[in-house]
Amino acid sequence: MEAAMDLMRRMPPTQVDTALSSLLLLLPQYSSELLSRVDQPLQVAWDAECLKHYLLCDYNRDGDSYRSPWSCKYFPSLEDGAQPSDQLRKLEVEANEIFAIYRDHRYYEGGISSVYLWEPEIGGGFAACFLIKKDGSEDGQGRRGLLQHGLWDAIHVLEVGEEDEGLAHYRLTSTVMLSFTTKDAPSVSFSLSGSITREMQADLSVAEGHLTNMGRMIEEMEGKLRNGLDQVYFGKTKEVVFTLREPLGSLTATSATGQSLQQVVMDDILRK
Amino acid sequence: MCLAFSLFMPLLSLFLFSRDDRSAHEVSVDRSTMAEHILEDEEEGLEVTDEQKIGLATWFLLKSPPGEIQQVAKSIRGVLMDERLFDMAAKEAFPKYNMEQMIAIDLADHSGQVLLTKYGAIDVSQHLDPRTAQVAVIDHVKQVCTDVRPAADDELPSAFVEEHRASIDNELVKYVEEAFPKGNCAVYCTCGKDVESGGDEFELKAVISATKFSAQNFYSGSWRSVWKIQVNQELQTVEINGKINVIAHYFEEGNVQLETSSECSNSTLLQSPADTGVAVVNVIQYLESDYLGVLEESYSKVSDNSFKELRRKLPVTRTRFSWNNALQLSLSREITKELSLTR
Repeated sequence: MEAAMDLMRRMPPTQVDTALSSLLLLLPQYSSELLSRVDQPLQVAWDAECLKHYLLCDYNRDGDSYRSPWSCKYFPSLEDGAQPSDQLRKLEVEANEIFAIYRDHRYYEGGISSVYLWEPEIGGGFAACFLIKKDGSEDGQGRRGLLQHGLWDAIHVLEVGEEDEGLAHYRLTSTVMLSFTTKDAPSVSFSLSGSITREMQADLSVAEGHLTNMGRMIEEMEGKLRNGLDQVYFGKTKEVVFTLREPLGSLTATSATGQSLQQVVMDDILRK
Repeated sequence: MCLAFSLFMPLLSLFLFSRDDRSAHEVSVDRSTMAEHILEDEEEGLEVTDEQKIGLATWFLLKSPPGEIQQVAKSIRGVLMDERLFDMAAKEAFPKYNMEQMIAIDLADHSGQVLLTKYGAIDVSQHLDPRTAQVAVIDHVKQVCTDVRPAADDELPSAFVEEHRASIDNELVKYVEEAFPKGNCAVYCTCGKDVESGGDEFELKAVISATKFSAQNFYSGSWRSVWKIQVNQELQTVEINGKINVIAHYFEEGNVQLETSSECSNSTLLQSPADTGVAVVNVIQYLESDYLGVLEESYSKVSDNSFKELRRKLPVTRTRFSWNNALQLSLSREITKELSLTR
């Protein structure tokens, strides 16, 4: 199983699907563990009743059907599909509405979002997952026409503990999967893809409600992840390229020009 | 377990569909399509045949990032849990991988290195090193050279072609030493190797390959450029066409990969072998530096613009989202919408 996870860390992120499918075929006995541990881009389904798209994950699945957060119905339809309690469903509806505004009008200018709530099997409290999928490709919802292809998938899973003296414990695990291809120069193709996962915990007062707390944590986390991707990951890959091939005539300690200059200076000093 | 598996089958077709959009820019490999066929066939039965297992294992090996194939091999061994199947997959995947990635191997007599490419392959395990006119015998799976012998006359180009080849090679070595801290290069004659002066065209391929792998810094990368040099004696021209491929992999707490490529061309006049060598390498140098400049620009643009296409750094309002007011806002929107409809 660890060998399988090692493979997933090395395969090109754009081929996550093929890699995962292959592993499931080779290791059928580990399929549930693989499906829960490996991050995959989110799949989209259509809610025929509310006429809206919704996102699929393990938490809204029952058998082969998936529950829509809008109509709360399963597609393909299911007789006795698992449903959240009335109280949770109320919070779920609110969460979906607010998250849609956060997504559409603030940060993502489009995209699809879904929020699912459930009660964990052990322990009190509840859990929630907030999902966002944004397609920024030219023929997707990219407004500026800069990306030939661009996908952002965010998966935030929150575990909320029971209320204790006005406070609750929140644990957030977030993964962002990103892939895009730019089309700057006609003969040059440039494509970056990958994923990054982080965790965050906090004890917060429930005075303003769970939704406010969860929302703020997610907003902060998304900002951190976006910056992380920007600086660390893209900065790092750029570093790799420029250590492979240095710009000619560059004056650094290790470049050829730098080395020969050092040599000249040393020779001068020694001669004196 | 069966439930998860049966959930998976209907999704397989979705996976295949969504992946097609992204495969436009990748280097196509036979085995990648075989993997797709295997996955398509799997809709029917749940049993994976040995043949299919080998196919899947080969796919993983071929997709290894630069310098990581031995690690991938170790993991695939763990997943397959069948030495016989692994050996068959390795036999098929390693030669392809080594030649595609243009790996440099130390010669058995420690006299230097030989690049493994499809241009220098006399057969699968015998590779020509044009610079020293030697042929190396290679064990692809172990990635070592087991023997070296001098090249036979018919494996080498004519003296006339060799003069040009050697001159370009000399200049190329100088350039590579300066620009690539860990680079290797070679120039092969790929067409018209028996051509004499005043005769037909001949074609050379100049190849540059640089790989870096650092487990402690969590990264690996490779630069591969292949330059086709067509010498036309009648027109006294030299056509130069290049393909550059760069891959970078960073894997600390995640898996991020960069894949970029470029195709460019130029031409120059045919002069004396020595001068032609200098001219050709100047063109190569210029085009490669140009490409590096485009990459630099792409990187800075990514940060500013492309990212915004996916997710803004801050909302248009430039303030954080007010989560507790959001519902009130949406309610007021609904009311205004309804009011405007009834008007």
